[in-house]
Amino acid sequence: MNAMLDTPQTAANPVIAGKDLVKEFPVRSKGILRRKVGAVHAVSGVNLEIGANETLALVGESGCGKSTTARLMMNLIEPTSGQVLYEGKDLTKLSRAQMRPMRRDIQLVFQDPMASLDPRMTVFEIIAEPLRVHGLFKNGGRDRVNSLIEIVGLNPEHRNRYPHEFSGGQRQRIGIARALALQPRVLMLDEPVSALDVSIQAGVINLLEDLQDELGLSYLFVSHDLSVVRHIADKVAVMYLGKIVEEGTTDQLFAGPAHPYTQALMSAIPLPDPRKERTRERIVLQGDVPSPSNPPSGCRFRTRCPLFKTLSEDQQAKCIDVEPLLRSDHDGLTRAACHYAKKKQLV
Amino acid sequence: MANISVSTSDKGRATGTKGDTVLAVKDLAVGFPTDDGLVNAVRGVSYELRRGQSLGIVGESGSGKSVTSMAIMGLLPKTAQITGSAKLEGEELLGLGDAELSRIRGKKISMIFQDPLTSLNPVYTVGYQLAEAIRTHYSDISKSEARARCIDLLDSVGIPNPQQRVDAYPHELSGGMRQRVVIAIAMANNPDVIIADEPTTALDVTVQAQVLEALEKAREEVNAALILITHDLGVIAGHTDEVLVMYAGRPVEHGSVDEIFYQPRMPYTLGLIGSLPRMDESRDQRLTPIHGTPPSMLNLAPGCPFRARCPMHQDICAEVEPDLLPINGSGHVAACHFSDQLEGKAPDDVFAPVATDLSVEAEVEAMDAEGAAAADEEDK
Ligand SMILES: Nc1ncnc2c1ncn2[C@@H]1O[C@H](COP(=O)(O)OP(=O)(O)OP(=O)(O)O)[C@@H](O)[C@H]1O
Ligand SMILES: Nc1ncnc2c1ncn2[C@@H]1O[C@H](COP(=O)(O)OP(=O)(O)O)[C@@H](O)[C@H]1O
Ligand code: SF4
Ligand code: SF4
Ligand SMILES: [Mg+2]
Ligand SMILES: [Mg+2]
Repeated sequence: MNAMLDTPQTAANPVIAGKDLVKEFPVRSKGILRRKVGAVHAVSGVNLEIGANETLALVGESGCGKSTTARLMMNLIEPTSGQVLYEGKDLTKLSRAQMRPMRRDIQLVFQDPMASLDPRMTVFEIIAEPLRVHGLFKNGGRDRVNSLIEIVGLNPEHRNRYPHEFSGGQRQRIGIARALALQPRVLMLDEPVSALDVSIQAGVINLLEDLQDELGLSYLFVSHDLSVVRHIADKVAVMYLGKIVEEGTTDQLFAGPAHPYTQALMSAIPLPDPRKERTRERIVLQGDVPSPSNPPSGCRFRTRCPLFKTLSEDQQAKCIDVEPLLRSDHDGLTRAACHYAKKKQLV
Repeated sequence: MANISVSTSDKGRATGTKGDTVLAVKDLAVGFPTDDGLVNAVRGVSYELRRGQSLGIVGESGSGKSVTSMAIMGLLPKTAQITGSAKLEGEELLGLGDAELSRIRGKKISMIFQDPLTSLNPVYTVGYQLAEAIRTHYSDISKSEARARCIDLLDSVGIPNPQQRVDAYPHELSGGMRQRVVIAIAMANNPDVIIADEPTTALDVTVQAQVLEALEKAREEVNAALILITHDLGVIAGHTDEVLVMYAGRPVEHGSVDEIFYQPRMPYTLGLIGSLPRMDESRDQRLTPIHGTPPSMLNLAPGCPFRARCPMHQDICAEVEPDLLPINGSGHVAACHFSDQLEGKAPDDVFAPVATDLSVEAEVEAMDAEGAAAADEEDK
């Protein structure tokens, strides 16, 4: 389809990479002065690489920094520090004008299809808009839009209808068609199926898989649902309070997560299988996620970590004082940021 | 945990054992008059709930799960047209006046909604609201007794530091903690039935696990029956004894949780199971979506409401809506003319695992436009 898409890429040569990304949002006082009184540590030193034809899933609970990471990777917000490398360039250093052609290559699909589509525009116009904005519509834009409508499985006769006339799954397909209009190489998918009924969600997941096979796209797939992730991702990064706590290929991770947080997350996802559900090991975490404006010292997970509670005082001191880095010298296959990482098979 | 049970000296409370029917719903139907006509939101729901039992209700958005429960609780707008019967320990609930309903609500049936803030009042502490719930039905209880009971209740739903949290306002608690407070309020008066409508949908999975554990514990302690409404088949699998599958305002299959998951006999149920990504299955397992969308509940065409999306449909499906018929002697029932053909079938035997199917969408549309009969001609 696109000459650029044909260039084969391997994971060793990532299409897009985030290096040591940090994002802090200022917390300001109330009142007129609105002095800076602290910072929300939304993303604290994240490294990500996505190859061509590859899906990296970013998993974690709400507020852990997934969406912020995705917006940083698109250079939609400026990082406090760190780089985003795309085609050998650091996107964070580019001027607006230099960034403009790059924008075409990296597109975003949102969770809530209704909120992201202009209700006054027809489906055709919604998908055509990015082409018009980039001055590309004159050149066969009409055909391009019509073929996109078919590619995402919408009925061509629906092209003059408005978003409210469609179901959630169909609206998400419109959002995907729009994101594909400029022939991007990277799609940032922020919870793209979370708002859909399961019977509809499956169709959108299959569509995303087919599109990737055909177009060689790179996906950053943001999700809180490990079941969906197992189906769609090649690699997984698990986030907790702004940091990646475990990463590996999907097979490695599901063969046995080694970080206590990943283990708790996996054990909390219900299986649609009554017999398995009755016999499964359950790890129920206590308490809530601490505030990202005042994260715990050392290991950020220690306030809820079930393993921490079983450790000796000396061992605990390490969790409290020393930040654990991602490492692979443990008995699992992943890289885990835990001083006492130990593989546990859960599914 | 006998310390939390409120003394049950009053005569209104039944002291039955597990196994008696507590709630019997029969032919419940609900219509809403709108400008476009009558929306038949619920079209004949029947089930019996026994003490201590938990019934899961699943179905797509708009299938009538919430309206069914709201009708039982008397929470629908006055304009709703409700027929049928819902008996709590033999007492008819439909048609009761507000005073009688508020005697029953909270005391005999409690309801938990998706958004805990709809059930909590922002201007009162959680302790005050819990105490109110207890004192509404047990007016003779002293203030200090009520407070002690509140702390016990908060503790039993897993709220850390209940002595302090009892004086917190709802906005000072996280979503998961608020939902646990709602569960504590729901169990405050040892209800016979707890109806939980998507109680964990808005929560993170690890918090969902905490809340479900609290709910399970609450239910055991007061030996209440539970109706768990959710679109998450995983939650259903782990927390219910029986499952009712709703489609277009009607139950289309009902059976034990094992029957529904391992021997579904209605194509919609089978399709739902096939469309679920599973954490215990690797990626080469292709999902089988159900194409199309549920029909409009306004002017529903005759025949099986699932036919536009059903790969197995035949001529008769456009003419006759199938009744819920027994599959075996165990109580498993399904509404499909061809349910016997589903014996031993896997989802991808019936549903094609393709991403897009234009013909189905075209078909659904044709149905909207020309009515069911015409569409059925076309696709042959
Ligand atoms: N007050 C009302 N007036 C008109 N129609 C209504 C009203 N309340 C509900 N409905 C309709 O009744 C049908 C069933 O709604 P209900 O809320 O029971 O669905 P549900 O199965 O609980 O869905 P969800 O999974 O989205 O919660 C829907 O078609 C809905 O639009
Ligand atoms: N514009 C902003 N200003 C202040 N804080 C923000 C902003 N955007 C996100 N945050 C905070 O950063 C953290 C991570 O948010 P987000 O990336 O949206 O999480 P997720 O997508 O994982 O749910 C949260 O604590 C959130 O409240
Ligand atoms: S480093 Fe310590 S607190 Fe952190 S996950 Fe490992 S055991 Fe738990
Ligand atoms: S009755 Fe016909 S259309 Fe309905 S589910 Fe059965 S086969 Fe499908
Ligand atoms: Mg987000
Ligand atoms: Mg509902």
